[in-house]
Amino acid sequence: MSTQAAIEVSHLTKVFGTRTAVRDVSFTVARGEVFGFLGPNGAGKTTTVRILGTLIAPTSGSAAVAGIPLGSASEEEIRQRISITTEAPGLYNRLTVAENLEFFARLYGLPGREARVYEALSAVGLTNRADDLCGSLSKGLKQRASLARSLLNEPEVMFLDEPTSGLDPAAAHEVLGLVSGLRERGVTVFLTTHRLDEAERLCDRVAIMNTSLRTIGTPEELRRTLFSRSIAVATAAPLHQPDKVFDGLPSVQGWQPADPDGGPRPDAGLGGGPGGPASYLLMVTDPAAAAPGITRALVAAGADVLSIGETRHSLEDVYLELIEDKEGRS
Amino acid sequence: MINTTRTGAVIRKELAEFRRNRLIVVTATLLPVVFLISPTASILAIHASASSALLSKRVDYSLFLPLLVPLFVPATMSAYSVVGEKEQGTLEPLLTTPITRVELLLGKAVAIFLPAITVSYLTFGVFLAIVALFADAPVATAMWHAPQLPAEVLFIPLLAAWAIWIGLAISSKVSETRVAQQLSVLGSLPPLALISLLSFQVITPSFGLAAAFAGGLLVIDCAACFFVARLFDRERLVTGTRPRRSAAAAVAAPGTVRRLPPVSGTS
Repeated sequence: MSTQAAIEVSHLTKVFGTRTAVRDVSFTVARGEVFGFLGPNGAGKTTTVRILGTLIAPTSGSAAVAGIPLGSASEEEIRQRISITTEAPGLYNRLTVAENLEFFARLYGLPGREARVYEALSAVGLTNRADDLCGSLSKGLKQRASLARSLLNEPEVMFLDEPTSGLDPAAAHEVLGLVSGLRERGVTVFLTTHRLDEAERLCDRVAIMNTSLRTIGTPEELRRTLFSRSIAVATAAPLHQPDKVFDGLPSVQGWQPADPDGGPRPDAGLGGGPGGPASYLLMVTDPAAAAPGITRALVAAGADVLSIGETRHSLEDVYLELIEDKEGRS
Repeated sequence: MINTTRTGAVIRKELAEFRRNRLIVVTATLLPVVFLISPTASILAIHASASSALLSKRVDYSLFLPLLVPLFVPATMSAYSVVGEKEQGTLEPLLTTPITRVELLLGKAVAIFLPAITVSYLTFGVFLAIVALFADAPVATAMWHAPQLPAEVLFIPLLAAWAIWIGLAISSKVSETRVAQQLSVLGSLPPLALISLLSFQVITPSFGLAAAFAGGLLVIDCAACFFVARLFDRERLVTGTRPRRSAAAAVAAPGTVRRLPPVSGTS
């Protein structure tokens, strides 16, 4: 196993009693990458983080974190180089924010503790709350303090397990801004989340997990792999003979009526009510090359084109396609 | 090899938390007062003219009750120690730091031991001072010359250590503070049985017997440190299940998951 990657996981499996939490998972995370780890509840995300964070041992398989292979002899060295932020902030409510951080700074044996604590608090904008008891902070502020604690030891790899869970949108936005800032520091971030929009925005690559690894790649790669590329067309009125318009185009491999939002509507007649606007979904190989020909054909057919553009599938579509494939259709 | 910086950090943190935990402060204050009232009243109520049998009985009783302080105060504190971390959600972040389980447990034990023996000796000292100042002279003399007095003074730290390790062991196993406290108080009682036999002179107290008992308790306390450290398993504490390492157990149920083509691990 090479030691160049920040995280290397090979055939990792974890069994609790008769329940398999993680099954034969393999992936690699490059140094400095923001890696999203997605999946439904009980998918094995937190178990994977705990294994990589040396909290629990795998049943089988191997992994290396920060270039160090997992094992009882290397646990302390790995812990020195990583940090884990859990869903719960995990702060001592009877201690102040600064006391919490100083405690952890001592556990890491950091020199210049006061300066480190101040730097970490500055990074999350909490210097003015340093002397407040953690029990008096809002959940959003606690999560920021928790992130400050994770920054103390300047980790090579940061595991963020649902860092925005339970936060209001403003607090979640603040925390995500801080996570985004970690990329600039060169920290490898391993982010588990339910919020697909934030994963799409923050992560270089994502893995979708449901006990076993379902897929991995950049959000764009996943979209391309799972969904055929298509163009959504909206016209002011339904076309009289759409098959004649679309079937004659060599770049169009197929078409179907669509909802006004661009989604397929296989049970619809001719793509809209009589007299109203209509939408069509056209399957193509190369949307950029096909769009001019489609526009010309529509104009030639006398259609008033309201809009034409490539259909964008969100990471949520990818996620649901993969998760429902197991949960709903199997 | 124990890292004293990390152990010291745990001691400082624990002491700071204890000072601000009302339940701990009230317990550590009220219990000694409760265990001081009865023996003090018992000794002060007896007159110089009392029979030697009655005097001896009262002295035995009065010297026994304060010994409950070094058992019950640390039992309450240590019961909170690990389960309190679980309840606050601080255990997982703590276990992801480089601290070893022996360093963590030792730090917690020392942080409980220091206030527990301070309170215990203070209770004993206040009791003896009250006897010296306010009891009739023959009663005070009988108290000072009681054969079990030096042994009981010696037992205080040993009993406290026993209660601490029992409390930490229980606290590592259960998930609720109240349950941990109740079980810890129960768990701290066994050595009390033998001490009560000595205190009430069912077994004639002698220096040799007291020393043997103290030595035995010391050995048990040291062994308990390692025993509790073994109980303190990160995986069980975090997941609530015992670790299981078997490749055979990892065989997946076939046909439950569709493998998708783009799964590729390398970046």
